[in-house]
Amino acid sequence: MNAPQTLTPIGPPLWLLAEITYRCPLHCVFCYNPVDFARTETELSTEDWLRVLREARATGSVQCGFSGGEPMMRDDLEILVAEAHRLGFYTNLLTSGVGLTDARAAKLKEAGLDHIQLSFQDSTRELNDFLSHTRTFELKQRVAHLIKSNGWPMVLNCVIHRMNIDYIGQIIEMAVELGAEYLELANSQYYSWAEVNRDHLLPSREQLENAERITNEYRAKLGDKIRIFFVVPDYYETRPKKCMNGWGSVFLTVTPDGTAVPCHTAAMLPGLEFPNVRHMGIREIWYESEGFNRYRGTGWMKEPCQSCPEKEKDLGGCRCQAYMLSQDPNAADPVCSKSPHHAVIEAAVARAQLPDAERLAHPLVFRDPKESRRLSAVE
Amino acid sequence: MSEAGDLDVRPGVSRKFRLQWEEAQNSWVLLYPEGMVKLNQSAGEILKRCDGQTPVSAIVADLETAFGQTGLTADVQAFLAIARQKLWIDG
Repeated sequence: MNAPQTLTPIGPPLWLLAEITYRCPLHCVFCYNPVDFARTETELSTEDWLRVLREARATGSVQCGFSGGEPMMRDDLEILVAEAHRLGFYTNLLTSGVGLTDARAAKLKEAGLDHIQLSFQDSTRELNDFLSHTRTFELKQRVAHLIKSNGWPMVLNCVIHRMNIDYIGQIIEMAVELGAEYLELANSQYYSWAEVNRDHLLPSREQLENAERITNEYRAKLGDKIRIFFVVPDYYETRPKKCMNGWGSVFLTVTPDGTAVPCHTAAMLPGLEFPNVRHMGIREIWYESEGFNRYRGTGWMKEPCQSCPEKEKDLGGCRCQAYMLSQDPNAADPVCSKSPHHAVIEAAVARAQLPDAERLAHPLVFRDPKESRRLSAVE
Repeated sequence: MSEAGDLDVRPGVSRKFRLQWEEAQNSWVLLYPEGMVKLNQSAGEILKRCDGQTPVSAIVADLETAFGQTGLTADVQAFLAIARQKLWIDG
């Protein structure tokens, strides 16, 4: 009854993202956690997570990311990593480095952690700090040293937006100085907190072009020393991305309260029930649940996607973006120039070319429980 | 640096990757930070013999015995050249 309307066989959920907590010491204005995260009161227990890991591995998951919030906020992280390692997962920790002490790094190494992705989760409160090489830089430097000395690959991630994009050269130099082997310069995409703060964060076309040019100059200069990935905001594209490599095709996210979703933001979609790992096993969630089957393949599409020659390539783009910008989760992603709602994107991009005084309607909203409760109450 | 055609070199999987058999995919895979390369059967059979101890000549001989074939040297060396280029192996 819930089978997707496509004959393509469903592969295993190769990527398990365990969002083990929404608690976080930072207040990033572009955080992709849901705006109403403060409603989550009960986190899954250690036993629940161990069961999720075992079930996901048995269903074919092989990459496991521990994320949040700040995953270091959970003191059972080492237990979860050890079990994931024992099960044969490749284990990734996505952290800001806050709370990663020498002692915990040693325990994580012993537990078999394969990789740490260190994020420059700079919020604007920390931006000056970050750019002037003071407190934040010292923290990152300490953590970068820990990563190196434990023999982990060094992957840095920095979310790029209007307020830091002009400093991209300095960011790259800092990454080199820290000994990074990979650097992800990912422009913020406009979901959750970043959507609330979009006018503050979406760069102008000129800023974006400059940043890409500078990044390419550094790539040419640095060669194989560091691999730099630069991700453009969807809003500056004319064709949508294949969201999460296809709905329910590779990614399985489990949120702190146990809700299983095909991507971190999918819980916002109306009229769609997502199962909870407290009540349903991972195999059934992945293959049988309505939440995961709804947007698999191309059977759910309407025009202009249905007859589009590129429909297999982008699968209609992102369902959340479609819902946020056209109020219809079945519509084409408005990023697509063929979408009847593409004017919404063009308007946002046009607005991003305006000076601050004409563009900004409210101050930056920082991601914290108080703002979360305020914004959820308005909804 | 060894020559790509050298039969005495002892290739090993780079510490940046982990080679693993995945039952669910019925194949060998190379795992790395946040990513995976799914290997075809011959790539998997060659790489699992790259332990950093065994010379290419012995890897070829072992493969020829295991699969009842002869004359695999060129194919193995061609694959190892690609694997070196992709930084999957050292040596």
